[in-house]
Amino acid sequence: MKVLTLNFLTCARKTCKQNPAAFPLHPKEAELEQIETDINPLFIQNMLPRLDWEAMKTVTNELGLPNLPLETPTAEALVDESSGEPSQTLKDLHSLLMETSVASGKLVCANCGHEYAVKEGIANFLLPSHMV
Amino acid sequence: MLPTPSTSHVDYDRIYEPAEDSYLLLDTLSSPSEVEFLSKQFPQSEIAPLVLEVGTGSGVVLAFVTGNAGHIFGRNDVATLGVDVNEFACEGTIQTVQGAVKDAAAASGNPGQFLECCKGDLTSAVKPQSIDVLIFNPPYVPTEHLPILTGMNYDSAMTSSQKFERDSHLLSLSYAGGADGMETTNRLLDELPVVLSHRGIGYVLLCAQNRPHDVIARIQAWTGDWTAEIVGSSGKKAGWEKLCILRIWRREPCP
Ligand SMILES: [Zn+2]
Repeated sequence: MKVLTLNFLTCARKTCKQNPAAFPLHPKEAELEQIETDINPLFIQNMLPRLDWEAMKTVTNELGLPNLPLETPTAEALVDESSGEPSQTLKDLHSLLMETSVASGKLVCANCGHEYAVKEGIANFLLPSHMV
Repeated sequence: MLPTPSTSHVDYDRIYEPAEDSYLLLDTLSSPSEVEFLSKQFPQSEIAPLVLEVGTGSGVVLAFVTGNAGHIFGRNDVATLGVDVNEFACEGTIQTVQGAVKDAAAASGNPGQFLECCKGDLTSAVKPQSIDVLIFNPPYVPTEHLPILTGMNYDSAMTSSQKFERDSHLLSLSYAGGADGMETTNRLLDELPVVLSHRGIGYVLLCAQNRPHDVIARIQAWTGDWTAEIVGSSGKKAGWEKLCILRIWRREPCP
């Protein structure tokens, strides 16, 4: 489960849907892995405006990852001024959002406390029938 | 012709094998009219689109969309995500999509960015208003009963007959649609206005017994200027499994 994916997931219980505490899910006992992938600068640039920056700061902090910048970086901050190449900020974001994954552990809803298991990188959001 | 992803690693005893419905989705999503519609709906100047396939099975459709993102969307900053109730399907999908992305990159194609395939029920774990394109090839065959979603045993310590029973159950989840073949599709349709973004589009496959024209009429009665249109079909002559694909979207994207 890539760190970026946590921006798009929430607690699966119907009763949690309207509650702001159900997002983001909080990683617990997470084993991380780093999987190298090709950098796509345009993707990072056009994905940044979609991110709930406060939520992403929370989950990266909880995962013990390097701090994200205080505010969403601007498009200018993603390009190295002199060379025109991807900036260090862009490379760091790619590494954090696309290359860092939760290999195993749990994702916890702060509203209901339900823990979703992650095994071999696959998160299980299927609820037992009495909890749906 | 765009390349069809390889699914040779997938075990069809427990995962739905790509069939006419899967290929109709591939043909429709890459047809000139849908390519034109999608590039207008998601102009390159706008934020990166997020695609979700519900019920990925072998992963052939999600892999096709991810591997050919540059062709289908006219841009490669497209994120893709899958969900399936079947754990084996999740594993198979990841392998299928990663293979297609690798092949596309090697053939100097323009693949998108695959995020994940999660285990779950429809869009229950997806953040509201976050999906730009949702693709669903549902269990659409009318059946007396709808198989239950939970309680499957994935332990490796099982007898052959227990495994066979579990695998048959997993397969039944991929086709058995309950009354009119619409029980699962109706639940998904109810979730669409919640999970789709302001510019979001749903592609849902139906068979003739699902009464597609009734479904269109119902969608057009939703609040918020929703509409639906048949944008692809196959098996036009006879045959009880005549298939079509509905595109479901807001005529005027809400702000
Ligand atoms: Zn919850």
